[in-house]
Amino acid sequence: MVYGPHTPDDRSRMLDALGIGSVDELFDVIPPAVRAGPMHLPPGLTELDLMARLRTLSGHNRVDLASFLGAGIYRHHIPPVVDQILLRGEFYTAYTPYQPEISQGTLQTIYEYQSLLAELTGLGVVSASHYDGATATAEAALMTCRATRRERVLVSRGVHPQSRQTLATYFAGTNLTFDEVPLVHEGPAAGTTDLAALGRLLDDPERPVAGVVAAQPNVLGLLEPMGQIGQLAHAAGALFVAVVEPVSLAVLAPPAAYEADIAAGEGQPLGIPPQYGGPYLGILACRDPLIRQIPGRLIGMTSDADGRRAYVMTMRAREQDIRREKAASNICTNQALCALAAAVYVAALGPGGLRDVAATGAARATELAAALADAGAPRLHPGPYLNEFAIRVPDAVAVHRRLLHRGILAGIPLAELEPGVPALADGLLVCATECTTAEEIELFAWALRDELGSRPGVPAGAIGEGSR
Amino acid sequence: MSVTGPKLQPTLFELSGPGRAAGRRIPQPPADALDRLPADALRATLPALPEIDEASLVRHYVNLSQLNWGVDTGFYPLGSCTMKYNPKVNEWAARLPGFAGLHPFAPDETAQGTLELLWELERDLAEISGMDAVTLQPAAGAQGELTGILLVRAYHRARGDPERTEILIPDSAHGTNPATASMAGFRTVNISSAPDGGVDLEAFRAALGPRTAAIMITNPSTLGLFERHIVELLEMVHAAGALAYMDGANLNAILGRFRPGAAGFDVMHFNVHKTFATPHGGGGPGAGPVGVRRPLVPFLPAPLVLREPDGTFRLERPGERPSSIGRMRGHVGNVGILVRAWAYIRAHGADGLREVSDDAVLAANYLRGRLEADGAFEIPFAGPCAHEFIASGAGLKRATGVRTLDVAKRLIDKGYHPPTIYFPHTVDEAMLIEPTETERLETLDAFADALLEIAREAHETPELVTSAPHSAPVRRLDEATAARQPNLRWLPADPAEPSRAG
Repeated sequence: MVYGPHTPDDRSRMLDALGIGSVDELFDVIPPAVRAGPMHLPPGLTELDLMARLRTLSGHNRVDLASFLGAGIYRHHIPPVVDQILLRGEFYTAYTPYQPEISQGTLQTIYEYQSLLAELTGLGVVSASHYDGATATAEAALMTCRATRRERVLVSRGVHPQSRQTLATYFAGTNLTFDEVPLVHEGPAAGTTDLAALGRLLDDPERPVAGVVAAQPNVLGLLEPMGQIGQLAHAAGALFVAVVEPVSLAVLAPPAAYEADIAAGEGQPLGIPPQYGGPYLGILACRDPLIRQIPGRLIGMTSDADGRRAYVMTMRAREQDIRREKAASNICTNQALCALAAAVYVAALGPGGLRDVAATGAARATELAAALADAGAPRLHPGPYLNEFAIRVPDAVAVHRRLLHRGILAGIPLAELEPGVPALADGLLVCATECTTAEEIELFAWALRDELGSRPGVPAGAIGEGSR
Repeated sequence: MSVTGPKLQPTLFELSGPGRAAGRRIPQPPADALDRLPADALRATLPALPEIDEASLVRHYVNLSQLNWGVDTGFYPLGSCTMKYNPKVNEWAARLPGFAGLHPFAPDETAQGTLELLWELERDLAEISGMDAVTLQPAAGAQGELTGILLVRAYHRARGDPERTEILIPDSAHGTNPATASMAGFRTVNISSAPDGGVDLEAFRAALGPRTAAIMITNPSTLGLFERHIVELLEMVHAAGALAYMDGANLNAILGRFRPGAAGFDVMHFNVHKTFATPHGGGGPGAGPVGVRRPLVPFLPAPLVLREPDGTFRLERPGERPSSIGRMRGHVGNVGILVRAWAYIRAHGADGLREVSDDAVLAANYLRGRLEADGAFEIPFAGPCAHEFIASGAGLKRATGVRTLDVAKRLIDKGYHPPTIYFPHTVDEAMLIEPTETERLETLDAFADALLEIAREAHETPELVTSAPHSAPVRRLDEATAARQPNLRWLPADPAEPSRAG
């Protein structure tokens, strides 16, 4: 037994008490025809060898490169206090707080998480968390349909493609449909949601719209006209879902300010490492009147039999273990430990610290944009951005690969993130955060200039696709 | 819990004071950092987040942690949740900078270590379950269920058989099963249990038909019983043209003993936070990989992890498997959790994993035997059990008025986390007890003694039990007011006033 306590003597005592000779007898109920043969797995490793193998594997990942990767997942300074708290065994080895009398730690931390996110979003009801930003966005879209009893959702192409794909999967088994709202192709609003197209899509009395989903900043890093999108949605009787990035909410107007009914978002930037995809934190919040439509766990403050302040899972009648097939969602757990990380992170930084993180990312991004433009790769879109933007690089995918061999993760080729969109084919999506150094920016700009300059006789920006 | 007893904590907001926030985490941004942004996109004032020094923050959370009960605190026999010990080496593994710091959009050649680990884990889970392929994408068991049922839907549609609109689910199933069926657009048909706790074969036969898309079975069931008619059930399902889904919640009972795919199940999910000892985290994060047999492979969510002929690894590219149901969430999965599951499987090997289930089942039967011998609680189903068993307080309630809820609360005073109670719904005053393989014999004995002592207290001093817990940080809570007047956030302006939500 690797982690268990039972000695051969313990096992004998238990078998004796049961009056059987072998543990095999406890499995006699399994019909012989379907009893398992041997499993073919590598032999068990000692802790020493296990750790060596893990070190080797983790060493095969390259996390030492100058990275400008973002698109919803950002590298931030995580104060060490966050992980020290997460490593409290009482937190991470507990489960769902079914017994509130001995779960006040988990319950209060989630209540505090809800309160912090309510302050950041301006929305009064915050779920105890969902799996990630993509699933929270899909659940938000489903909420609009339940709340309005309409069956059609409009999703801006400025919402992260993975969120749109997840929404499509979640809608697949339902009678609900969604349409994508295109982005403006050119001009000052290029890369943001096409308001005229949105207006046309909303103007269909046969197919009334339950909700309009748009992201701030959008997946291209651009600021969207959220106030106008919300007004158009509301004028058509639809709800407005804002997909937000939580660190940005320290400086950007909160969803409540532009009258969003629901906010969804990826909470990873709040103290959670990138770890190649998860676990992350799905933020989901709504205005008070929508409380009965929000899926997932909610923690409320109440009192105990002695009148002391205490916390408990509440509004449980929405959930699957009580409602079964009539539940708002099948979600059972939440991402409690990730919500705890987010709460400790926000509290460790405080309001000024969180603002500094957002503002420093913006400042570094300004430097990055200037350096890359100087190197021959100007921004792809003219509109305002916070800390992420697309640049125009001829033959972007090939240049991206060559930069990788120089030790630079030059963002994400938009041809891979959004295949088949000609306006984006020459784009690289790059970001900066407080972790981005001046040296990294200099290295990226120098190498990019070298790559672009290595095309004799052809000025940067004038090259057609497929030149390699 | 601590030397001076646990301390209830004020909220973060009440600990706040202007200027107290620990400073100098990062360099100050230039004053004009945001000047290039349009004023109407910016916040008018800073959010009213708490400002707390780091020492006070740490004390807040350490004190809160001491109000909690975890596997690291003590025995946690929460049935159907497999609260086994979470090995510390796995926490170390997930935090290795090469794993933790890897961006999900990192190009394949910079992610070879994680990709190799995930590729191995896909194969390990397939081998353990007897399935042909595994997706690691689902974020939790419930999302694994949704994935599996969407796969069922895609399979029938691809065969030109879209009229299969019903999912058959035994009445003892976890609530996520019917909720999942609804979410995937199916109608749930409840199948009653036979008196022996198994699926009622006649009820099952009557419900099965051309509209049946799949049956969802938890095996062993939530009653802690291996489904003894499993061969007949699977034959009937397949003869009717339907598929068989296995809820893998109770896989900890059958490692190396029963491989669902080899036995004829078409699709199943794993709860790695149960079987493979990844932490429960206070309610998550977990991970819910899904295994399928060959006919369902084309429909698996994308991306899978592939190995190239040259031995390198890569993610599937968009559109590479056109029949895929698509994406269940962002990126490849809860990799930080999957690293822990891989480490657990590697530490055990095949023999070690089989021993896990042997010891889990032996411990459950031993504990069950202790309680059955006494008779204070009914043991409604004949043994042996799997890795968990049902005890019922129905007789105790009739004799004393003391409910299972009271027994559970009194267990807290005795130093134990209560078992799962009132689930499954099919048993009166149910307790679902799962000791796991990582508890010492002394602990099992002491827990049995405590339960039996509570039964005696129920007869002699019932008010002691009905008013329990007495030694927890708080007493029983006013859940009715919490639901009627929800207070879901701290409002600094008027802390006495609950939020007027709802």
